[in-house]
Amino acid sequence: MQALTPGPRTPARPIALVNARLIDPASGLDALGGVLIADGIVADLGPHIAAGTAGNAEIVDCGGRVLAPGFVDMMVFAGEPGHEHRETLATASRAAAAGGVTTIVCMPDTEPVIDDVALVDFIRRRARDTALVNVHPMAAMTKGLMGEEMAEIGLLRDAGAIAFGNGKTSLASAKVMRNVLAYAKDFGALIVHHLEDPTLAKDGVMNEGEVATRLGLRGIPSAAETIILERDIRLVELTGGRYHAGQISCRASLDIVRAAKQRGLPVTCGVSINHLTLNENDIGPYRTFFKMKPPLRSEDDRRAMVEGVASGDIDVIVSAHDPRGAEGKRRPFAEAADGAAGLETLLGAALRLYHNGDVPLPRLLQALTANPARLLGLESGRLARGAPADLVLIDLDAPWVVEPERLCSKSKNTPFDAARLQGRALLTLVAGRLVYIYAAEPGR
Amino acid sequence: MSIAAEAPTVSFSHRHLLGIEGLSRGEIVALLDLSEEAAKLSRQIAKKRDDLRGRTLINLFFEASTRTQSSFELAGKRLGADVMNMSIPTSSVQKGETLIDTAVTLNAMRPDILVVRHHAAGAVELLAQKVDCSVINAGDGSHEHPTQALLDALTIRRHKGRIEGLIVAICGDILHSRVARSNILLLNALGARVRVIAPSTLLASGIERLGVEVYSSMWEGLADADIVMMLRLQRERMTSSLVPSQREYFHFFGLDFEKLARAKPDALVMHPGPMNRGVEIDSNVADDARSVIREQVEMGVAVRMAVLQALARHLPN
Repeated sequence: MQALTPGPRTPARPIALVNARLIDPASGLDALGGVLIADGIVADLGPHIAAGTAGNAEIVDCGGRVLAPGFVDMMVFAGEPGHEHRETLATASRAAAAGGVTTIVCMPDTEPVIDDVALVDFIRRRARDTALVNVHPMAAMTKGLMGEEMAEIGLLRDAGAIAFGNGKTSLASAKVMRNVLAYAKDFGALIVHHLEDPTLAKDGVMNEGEVATRLGLRGIPSAAETIILERDIRLVELTGGRYHAGQISCRASLDIVRAAKQRGLPVTCGVSINHLTLNENDIGPYRTFFKMKPPLRSEDDRRAMVEGVASGDIDVIVSAHDPRGAEGKRRPFAEAADGAAGLETLLGAALRLYHNGDVPLPRLLQALTANPARLLGLESGRLARGAPADLVLIDLDAPWVVEPERLCSKSKNTPFDAARLQGRALLTLVAGRLVYIYAAEPGR
Repeated sequence: MSIAAEAPTVSFSHRHLLGIEGLSRGEIVALLDLSEEAAKLSRQIAKKRDDLRGRTLINLFFEASTRTQSSFELAGKRLGADVMNMSIPTSSVQKGETLIDTAVTLNAMRPDILVVRHHAAGAVELLAQKVDCSVINAGDGSHEHPTQALLDALTIRRHKGRIEGLIVAICGDILHSRVARSNILLLNALGARVRVIAPSTLLASGIERLGVEVYSSMWEGLADADIVMMLRLQRERMTSSLVPSQREYFHFFGLDFEKLARAKPDALVMHPGPMNRGVEIDSNVADDARSVIREQVEMGVAVRMAVLQALARHLPN
């Protein structure tokens, strides 16, 4: 392992990662073996790739640890352009690499909004020049995210927009939503929607219920989410457009998605790592790092999210990485910014579900790799011959304590501040290039 | 003889008073006992003590208030403190930023006690984390207003001799009311039976989990009540489709003699003020013999003196 040094160029020599527990959720593979990387792709893999058989390749002994496809994170706010004080593509990508994330989809709610071909192009160029991991822009589905005029979905898609969303707002107009879904269908474009009825959620700052009442905070009922979800599914039925609910947060939404899938509709959904591991009680005495959209819900809702991942009804886990500085968070709760940094803690927090026995490891990894890659039409997210060598070597058991000041992200608003996590990325490779190597500090 | 030595010993170990939540029954009773003494003192010609001599009390009000602010001012002055009033009315979105900045600035002026009112729930607690002095919550958003609940309890106790076992009906805009929240917590801690009466649009979700009986009819909810506590209805509730009109609200939820007749004959009528006569309360009911609204104001000064005294014991010398 020490033989490898992080560097921007594709190594000239092939690399063989040997003696690893290979897990490929896409094919169901879970076996000891090795992966041979050449020219940035997986040239070969299997039990026959071992130290003695790898020819002139540089050998990395994985010590029996898990080697999996790198994670594909469908929801990252990367700050560029316009919010570089919170995060840049460079810093977000470093955080991603440290978390085992090899592909990020950055959100369109930037300044200016990513609703123009030139902006998509800008993101791709900036990512090419500054980012360590693959970056794909999600473009706005309406101009300026205003929810009124459709964005140039066809041109944006040709320019490289991987999906279309509306930032942290739901389209209020069913008609615009219908048109977007119908039009996007012609281009095979994926629509990723935020679920929050703007009138029901107005003034709300956390989950509605006893906790909000005790804190004297206005609540957002689950119905704000389910109303939009139900409506959207009716529109999917009407149009046949590919629809992905970006984040669901409550049990009722899971039931709705499950029913839609049973009816054979092209509907999928995601959940954030926060809604899988935290609940409204974590807000405690007005802790603003736990303020997010959708809001953290009840423990029963959290349990439902975990069940949804375990059953496969929830397709994707996202970090919902949303870096915020002190100026946004050091405020009274109702006035504080929404969002939590999450790229670097994604794996450690997700492994809580595995260590608890709630979700089997392959299923957990599937929601982080193969499923999002499939939805986005990416070649990555799997361990297979010819696939990009986007890989993560995972120590499932390594204990660590989250120290915000040590995070790569520019903003330190992690709800896992001082949390004890078990499991972390040891090596992260993007197209065969080492972008992260975990260096335990002496004495730690 | 030192005047300070007369005060009963209070077991009150908190540095701040941020809410009723977190106070024990014993601490509440101790504060009420201390308030009785202050009430006696306030009825004397010589009202002045020197518990807070040399101390600086700053009234920091981010939300306009006449009675709470003047009540704290008077309480501080009767205890010998130097009192400064700062009103920072804000309507912009940038208010949170100035909150921390203001706290840091004020802290540098080395006050001993800050009395804070803010329109955002939790803001007073946030501010308390940033200063070195004692902080009293004079109302934070829809969260808590602890001195109001204490003065209400004191008023009740002076008339009924007890809190335990009394049926207290809190009526009106429960959703937005910090007074309701603090009263529910305090009255429950002292063993009262608390009811809330409001249209469903003005009830907070999960309120029954706070240990109250919930009614949407005044006729039912007021039955056999010992205490009828009315809440102020802000006019903007009408424009935000929470209630249709003033006259409809008054018809169903305004306290008039007909509805009051459902309560016990010796029931007390209370209101934290300022009243909207003809909206939540009939003008004649407000001025009726059963109304203790003016006494609530008097007890307000006494309770605030008691709170200042209790906190002053823990101020560094």
